Amino acid sequence: MKMDVVELYEIRKAIHPRAVHGWFAAWRWLLVWGTQLVFYGLAWLPWNGRQAVLFDIAQRKFYVFGLVFWPQDIIYLAVLLIISALSLFLFTALAGRLWCGYACPQTVYTEIFMWIEQKIEGDRNARMKLDREALSPRKFLLKGAKHSVWAVLALWTGFTFVGYFTPIRELGGEVMSLSTGPWETFWILFYGFATYGNAGWMREQVCTYMCPYARFQSAMFDKDTLVITYDQKRGEPRGKGEGKGDCIDCSICVQVCPTGIDIRNGLQYQCIGCAACIDGCNQVMDKLGRARGLIRYSTTHAMEGRPTRVLRPRVVLYGGILASIVAAAAAGLYLRVPLKVDVIRDRAVVAREVEGGLVENVYRLQIMNTTERAREFEIAVAGAQTLHLATAPRVRLEATEGRMVPVRVRVQPGMVPAGTHRIFFSVRALDDGEVAVQEKSVFIVR
Amino acid sequence: MSQFTSGFWDLYVGVISVVSIAACALLLWQQSSHKASGKETSGHVWDEDIQEYNNPLPRWWMWMFYLTIVFGFVYLALYPGLGSFPGTLGWTQVKQLEEENAQAQKDYGPLYERFAAQDVAALSKNPDALAVGQKLFLNNCAQCHASDGGGSRGFPNLTDRDWLWGGTPEAIKASISEGRTGMMPPLGAALGERGVKDVSHYVLSLSGQAHDSLRRARGEAHYKTVCVACHGADGKGNQALGAPNLTDRIWLHGSGEYAIAEQVARGRTSQMPAHKDILTPAKIHLLTAYVYSLSNR
Repeated sequence: MKMDVVELYEIRKAIHPRAVHGWFAAWRWLLVWGTQLVFYGLAWLPWNGRQAVLFDIAQRKFYVFGLVFWPQDIIYLAVLLIISALSLFLFTALAGRLWCGYACPQTVYTEIFMWIEQKIEGDRNARMKLDREALSPRKFLLKGAKHSVWAVLALWTGFTFVGYFTPIRELGGEVMSLSTGPWETFWILFYGFATYGNAGWMREQVCTYMCPYARFQSAMFDKDTLVITYDQKRGEPRGKGEGKGDCIDCSICVQVCPTGIDIRNGLQYQCIGCAACIDGCNQVMDKLGRARGLIRYSTTHAMEGRPTRVLRPRVVLYGGILASIVAAAAAGLYLRVPLKVDVIRDRAVVAREVEGGLVENVYRLQIMNTTERAREFEIAVAGAQTLHLATAPRVRLEATEGRMVPVRVRVQPGMVPAGTHRIFFSVRALDDGEVAVQEKSVFIVR
Repeated sequence: MSQFTSGFWDLYVGVISVVSIAACALLLWQQSSHKASGKETSGHVWDEDIQEYNNPLPRWWMWMFYLTIVFGFVYLALYPGLGSFPGTLGWTQVKQLEEENAQAQKDYGPLYERFAAQDVAALSKNPDALAVGQKLFLNNCAQCHASDGGGSRGFPNLTDRDWLWGGTPEAIKASISEGRTGMMPPLGAALGERGVKDVSHYVLSLSGQAHDSLRRARGEAHYKTVCVACHGADGKGNQALGAPNLTDRIWLHGSGEYAIAEQVARGRTSQMPAHKDILTPAKIHLLTAYVYSLSNR
């Protein structure tokens, strides 16, 4: 048997996707514009005299338009992630890798970077030729121009990203005067570098080797899932002439593929579902005067000539869970009280006797006003006979202020038996009775 | 640690670390290509027909492995990791802590320093200073003196006007920074069981509480010889010694005959810890103002 030396680490083969126009490419560009206008633009939107969306990590306040989230609201982040994951499952079960093909940042930035590349270096053939050439002043100039534009865009992306964590207008001034702090500098450069590296260099390598979703999405697929499919019955045998199928083997579908695969080999894990091959093939079919859809979104069942069911158990399940979580999250946000109270009982003071023989317990009320205006609150206590506050019941909190308020609570001697008693603190905004929170604690009598 | 172990173990750890990393590099280099018949599968077969494709990893992936090896050597050169070798940067946890503390002092110090120039009486009327003072109090004092400063058994109430060591700003500041040790000597052996009971009744009478007048008379004689040195002839105590006033109805360690007798017989040592090494002078100044404000509203 002949023994060969096998390389276990393979050099990336450069892919030069041909530019493609068509229905699906238009959809992708629509999503590129949509997501990027939001990403680059939202950071500059003012709201209530501050940035509309700002995640202030130092102050631990997370502003999203009119809402101010505190670290205690982390549940909403968890719910958002659950909603995102379930939508991903639902869309994948219905129509395969829709996310990958149209909305994933890896796809979106690769699309933008490839557009720049194409504007500077030309289309597929020109780029392949340029890459084969020895270094010349022209090649150096073209490559230099491309990388410069990429770098500027990548840095702007990094700057925008950091602008969601530190006010972007101030950050802009700091960048102009080169006085950004160490962490801001690091993140602008790091995020910029990641954008440049992933969209400029790594591209499909991210999808095939790094992305976990690409690896587990097959678990959501079934024979009724829409995937990009080459119609073998119609296309084969390939070629031109009598007795041949519709596929003329022009290889356009391979040339436009951003991951460098041949869709005619069937569904492959590298396929990100971008539908570039559909657009490419349809153009060719139009020119030949043949029906479109030699490559199209279709299902395994349809290809086998069996009916496709849209409503399968998994679709109903994903959809049902998704709808109920979205409804729960919306209700939770709507009913969210912009006031948080925690009661912490003083442990050192079990129960003390004060003048007149009254029994006193001490508590700390951590009161957090999560609105953006100053408010006055009234503290009340209930739950045992003669139970009353011995400290001022009213407390004023500034906008988004959290404060510890020590509170003394007393009972008349002999009115409450020795032991622990469940009591309730309630804190209510004076200007809005709806803004009220009740918290329980214990009162101890010795 | 070196006084407990021999230098051998430093060497042992160092050699194992370096050799392991080098061996990883060697393995990686050796495994980057191999001889096989054809490129399709690795040649292994499981369960009769399951085979493993020999799909190569991307080359940049291999360079990332090499990068971790370079990182390992660079790290071991810069930071402590090879036995007792301290690393060329001279980094230690203690040094980092000190630097971070110094930075925090620089960052947050001014928040406290801005009040340092005002005197305690003025600060005790300044709501901004009191807000900061309250936070300091809740973090450093409330564990014993309670969140409201009202104290608990054995820990003085700071909101009344009764002071063991004095309630002037200077005395409060001295109590916080230097701490206090209050000592009541045990007198059970000297006075005997009856003597202790008699003195307790005299002490009860000082604050006008119910007592046995015969025991009071006998106890007074003991008081005038033994207790008077600290608590004074009139029973009003002595703030220079931290001896409590016995004529009011404030009882730090419990009221009533039994609690008083216990105190006389067994004595008591109470301690307020010194905070001058824990808190900066500016923080102690603010705390003084806050504590002062509790009884001087």
